[in-house]
Amino acid sequence: MAKQLPDVGSGGAVPPPRRARIVLAEITRQDTRAERTRAELAQQTQVGEALVRGLVRAQLALALRLSLVVAIGLGGLPWLFAIAPSLGRTTIGGVNLPWLLLGVASFPFLIGVGWAYVRLAERNEQDFTDLVQRPEH
Amino acid sequence: MGNDFVVPAIVAVTLVTVGIGFYGLRLARTTSDFLVASRAISPTWNAAAIGGEYLSAASFLGIAGLVLKYGVDVLWYPVGFAAGYLALLLFVAAPLRRSGAFTLPDFCELRLGSRRLRILATAFVIFIGWLYLVPQLQGAGLTLATVAGSPYPVGALLVAAVVTANVALGGMRAITFVQAFQYWLKLTALAVPVIFLALQWQADGRPAVTPPDGPTFRAATTVVVEHRATLTLPDGEIREVRPGDELTFAAGDPVPDVSGVAADANDWLLPSAAGDDDRGLFGTYSLILATFLGTMGLPHVLVRFYTNPDGAAARRTTLVVLALVGAFYLLPTLYGVLGRIYTPQLLVSGQTDAVVVLLPGAALGDGTVGRLLAALVSAGAFAAFLSTSSGLLTSVAGVISTDVLGRGSVRGFRLATVIAGAVPTVLALHVSGLDVSQVVGLAFAVAASSFCPLLVLGIWWRGLTDLGAAAGVLVGGGAAIGAVLVTVLGPPLSGWPATLTTQPAAWTVPLAFTVMVAVSMATRRRAPVDVAATMLRLHTPEALRM
Repeated sequence: MAKQLPDVGSGGAVPPPRRARIVLAEITRQDTRAERTRAELAQQTQVGEALVRGLVRAQLALALRLSLVVAIGLGGLPWLFAIAPSLGRTTIGGVNLPWLLLGVASFPFLIGVGWAYVRLAERNEQDFTDLVQRPEH
Repeated sequence: MGNDFVVPAIVAVTLVTVGIGFYGLRLARTTSDFLVASRAISPTWNAAAIGGEYLSAASFLGIAGLVLKYGVDVLWYPVGFAAGYLALLLFVAAPLRRSGAFTLPDFCELRLGSRRLRILATAFVIFIGWLYLVPQLQGAGLTLATVAGSPYPVGALLVAAVVTANVALGGMRAITFVQAFQYWLKLTALAVPVIFLALQWQADGRPAVTPPDGPTFRAATTVVVEHRATLTLPDGEIREVRPGDELTFAAGDPVPDVSGVAADANDWLLPSAAGDDDRGLFGTYSLILATFLGTMGLPHVLVRFYTNPDGAAARRTTLVVLALVGAFYLLPTLYGVLGRIYTPQLLVSGQTDAVVVLLPGAALGDGTVGRLLAALVSAGAFAAFLSTSSGLLTSVAGVISTDVLGRGSVRGFRLATVIAGAVPTVLALHVSGLDVSQVVGLAFAVAASSFCPLLVLGIWWRGLTDLGAAAGVLVGGGAAIGAVLVTVLGPPLSGWPATLTTQPAAWTVPLAFTVMVAVSMATRRRAPVDVAATMLRLHTPEALRM
């Protein structure tokens, strides 16, 4: 799990930091590599640049893959109805298939794709965070 | 109508809106409170507020009217209105929140560092905002005229005045509470009557939606025509009708064929097939592109994302919005379908937008239940006008106060609100002939052809330059605006020119993307030097922030 740093965005009341005993040796020992990588990210060294490019590419690829799912799943319907008119006459429980697909089924489908995106995008970010904060091994 | 519950219901919605606004006023203290509610609103509240703001007159009234008139082909409107949030989630939500910008012009300056691009974006925010505000105010005028018999300007002025005062005095924090309340009100206002309507339909022996002989009048009906049309009566007589004409039908009479309406059961029930009309298929895909990609470019939708605490919260909020909006869009279709049975006279009068408010009375009769449900639906419709207008006004006033007036003070914001509210009010009073759903669809097309490419390329492509962005917005957005002006003001067209101007997105969106990419590649040297730092800021999780 990533270390939770104070969030710059939230304007709510932040509890005052707890008093802690500082031992210099412990500070210098822990997380030096992670600190260095984070500094690299901020200073735009080549390593940091490559890491961010990788994250952006992964997130974009994910978004494009899921848009393709929607483009085929929903965008294919007008074309499908147009070339196979008999599909439009098919009824399920007295309701024509196009009405069911567009009026009802499309919404859970969209929500499902969105849910998958949120999960996978957060996983990409977690992977990135782990990579940046990974201690020396 | 003589329904004495309607006016109290509308007054109650308006008072609650104003009341919550004043409750929020006590909390709003600084300019930052005003504009983005201090970014401390919980995802659930925020999602309900986004949903409440988004479900406009076009969603609440327009979709049911279109379904009544055209049938299955227009189901792409609700699907696209919901899918717009998926596109927003996939490509924009989290990075936009992380950018830390307040408004769309802010994002332009932050990403591309160009003052001139900022001014261009400001102009487009104001244009889209006003284009979207006019039909909301019109819808208010028409609804109040339908249910309470007031003159058209009363409803438009009422909504304009309430919204302007509320935004000017309370800012966005107040609006967040108001919008969240109005989402649930709108859902209830459609969901509860639909249960009674379904039971009534059962009790009536499940009359067929598309009887083999075409729709018939269930009771003796007198229709006052609102729009010029050509009717084909059952005996083959063709008759031109004008606004103000009165036609009388006995119970059991078949509904005459109306020009431009899918009266034939098969046209209404089945999707347009290949071969008979390629323009129909082009129009469908154009509509899909405009609604899927236009949502992310609507100024009042975007400004909401700045109220999330961080990028991950923005993503989760968007998912909740998608679910809330999707649940709502199951309902208007049912009103359109039942309207085929209980209010076929609207096909003849041309006032199909009124189907949602008239259906409870028509199906359930003038008893107390029927009148109470009619009042509930009218209250929901008013919630729709109030909430969408509030959101639009907040974002238009936001850019006017920061970019046109050039001061960030609370006083400047109030002045900007009055300016932003006055212009569409004057327009709405003078153009009452526009079709509500059509104008809203055009606003989506303009947004999809200007801000969508700007946001998507700005967030994901390092090569975007200020000149490329400006050229794409001007050419793509300009072409879409041209199509809007031709449709609204120009002469009536037919054939392909009509299709290309009433549903422009299928050519203006690819045009905008192409120009933006091509000009950016040609001016590669102008790419901002700090693009790497911007990308870092847009895409890295907040947990890593230093």
